[in-house]
Amino acid sequence: MWLTNSSIGRKVLMSVTGIALILFLTFHACMNVVALIDGDAYNTVCSALGANWYAVVATVALAVLVVIHFVYAIILTLQNRKARGSNRYAVTDKPAKVEWASQNMFVLGVIVVLGLLLHLWNFWFNMMFAEMVNGGYAFVADVPAHDGAALIALTFSNPIYTVIYLVWFVALWFHLTHGFWSAFQTLGLNNKVWFCRWKAIGTAYVTIVMLLFAAVAIGYTCCGGIAA
Amino acid sequence: MAKNISFTLKYWKQNGPKDAGHFDMREMKDIPDDTSFLEMLDILNEELVAEGKEPFVFDHDCREGICGMCSLYINGTPHGKTATGATTCQLYMRRFNDGDVITVEPWRSAAFPVIKDCMVDRSAFDKIQAAGGYITVRTGAPQDANAILIPKQDADEAMDCATCIGCGACVAACKNGSAMLFVSSKVSQFALLPQGRPEAAKRAKAMVAKMDELGFGNCTNTRACEAVCPKNETVANIARLNREFIKAKLHD
Ligand code: HEM
Ligand code: SF4
Ligand code: FES
Repeated sequence: MWLTNSSIGRKVLMSVTGIALILFLTFHACMNVVALIDGDAYNTVCSALGANWYAVVATVALAVLVVIHFVYAIILTLQNRKARGSNRYAVTDKPAKVEWASQNMFVLGVIVVLGLLLHLWNFWFNMMFAEMVNGGYAFVADVPAHDGAALIALTFSNPIYTVIYLVWFVALWFHLTHGFWSAFQTLGLNNKVWFCRWKAIGTAYVTIVMLLFAAVAIGYTCCGGIAA
Repeated sequence: MAKNISFTLKYWKQNGPKDAGHFDMREMKDIPDDTSFLEMLDILNEELVAEGKEPFVFDHDCREGICGMCSLYINGTPHGKTATGATTCQLYMRRFNDGDVITVEPWRSAAFPVIKDCMVDRSAFDKIQAAGGYITVRTGAPQDANAILIPKQDADEAMDCATCIGCGACVAACKNGSAMLFVSSKVSQFALLPQGRPEAAKRAKAMVAKMDELGFGNCTNTRACEAVCPKNETVANIARLNREFIKAKLHD
């Protein structure tokens, strides 16, 4: 199968799963800003998703995407280290046009996964999972599992979480500013003209998405769930 | 007027691929700054030979920037740092200053094993080229040059891709040891021309398969390659190769 046994095929897997994850993040960010405007409206969205079959199916699909992306990130990184060989240069002069993120995608990805695990523990475990096994009540506090706004307020009442989440968002921003244009390059949808366009579109898009996430975290930290 | 400079040369010595290798140091005195980098190494070797020592081994051939034989990783940049890109043979000592320490290393990549000192085995590139970097035509009397009309833009672009001299600087600079800039330039120079189209799919698949088989890495679009390419090939070629390859595989 060319997707797994050719270098370009493996990159296609990375880019397609990457783009799908960016689309998911976009949806997630849009849904989150509702929490900033009105906690009850947000909870309506939460109950509409809840542990309904379509939300569970989508969650499993997402998990599969993350696993493929992560497993191929490991495979690519190991193969590339081998191709590089064990002899290191004594002197290296990094050219200005090489972005830092492009050379640290794996490290950034690992930070993203660690953040993701914490995030699943904070929310998914207390919401979808709690609804499935804990009679509709969150584990951390005595609130209904679909009361997302209360859980956001609870999590960000601890500023340490805010800081961790912000670090996570920054890592994701770096990963995606490179990942966005890189994905289109990998799929062959690039040339000398579109190069700058994809970079500009990607940077703007990813910055907006990450700012939406950050706004919710900061908003709830400062105002403690005003609307909820 | 040329002026003379004196500097410390730190050059890599390695007895074959298995040897650990080490740097030798030499004070170079009063080298005219209009000397080319390779001529400077010739001066080094004349001194070494006169002292009865083993000369420093490095690759070179045309010394006019067209053959792709010279290599050398100079002060952390393949072919040394120049404003617009040049091969090592086209690098002049006026780029350096009196009192500099100049470090000379071989291309270091698993697919390019060291033969001796800074001479590395780049026959992997020849194998990739032989896998598909040609067009199959009957020989005989050449056709009229204008029998097939080609838009000037395409002809120019194909020519730019064809100027890749297969030096391997792109691989040397890449943290992934990827040969994508070279392979994509060689695929592009044919893909852009009507004569190259009939075998385009076969060529892209065969050259990529050979590249993977020889142990080059997976491209992660860091662009270190285009930053050091002496012929200014760009990653737009890599996008074209990806396109050609994906199209070919989807057609299978
Ligand atoms: C929400 C999570 C993530 C998203 C949206 C995402 C997105 C992307 C995108 C779009 C690419 C570019 C694909 C390409 O160039 O072909 C990419 C590449 C990559 N990602 Fe992720 N990624 C995520 C998480 C991760 C994780 C968890 C890892 C694992 C450690 C990771 C590691 C990598 C690596 C190593 C690359 C290759 C670099 C490259 O090809 O440019 N990513 N990612
Ligand atoms: S693409 Fe540039 S750096 Fe790579 S082999 Fe060709 S000329 Fe050398
Ligand atoms: S020696 Fe021929 S390109 Fe440098």
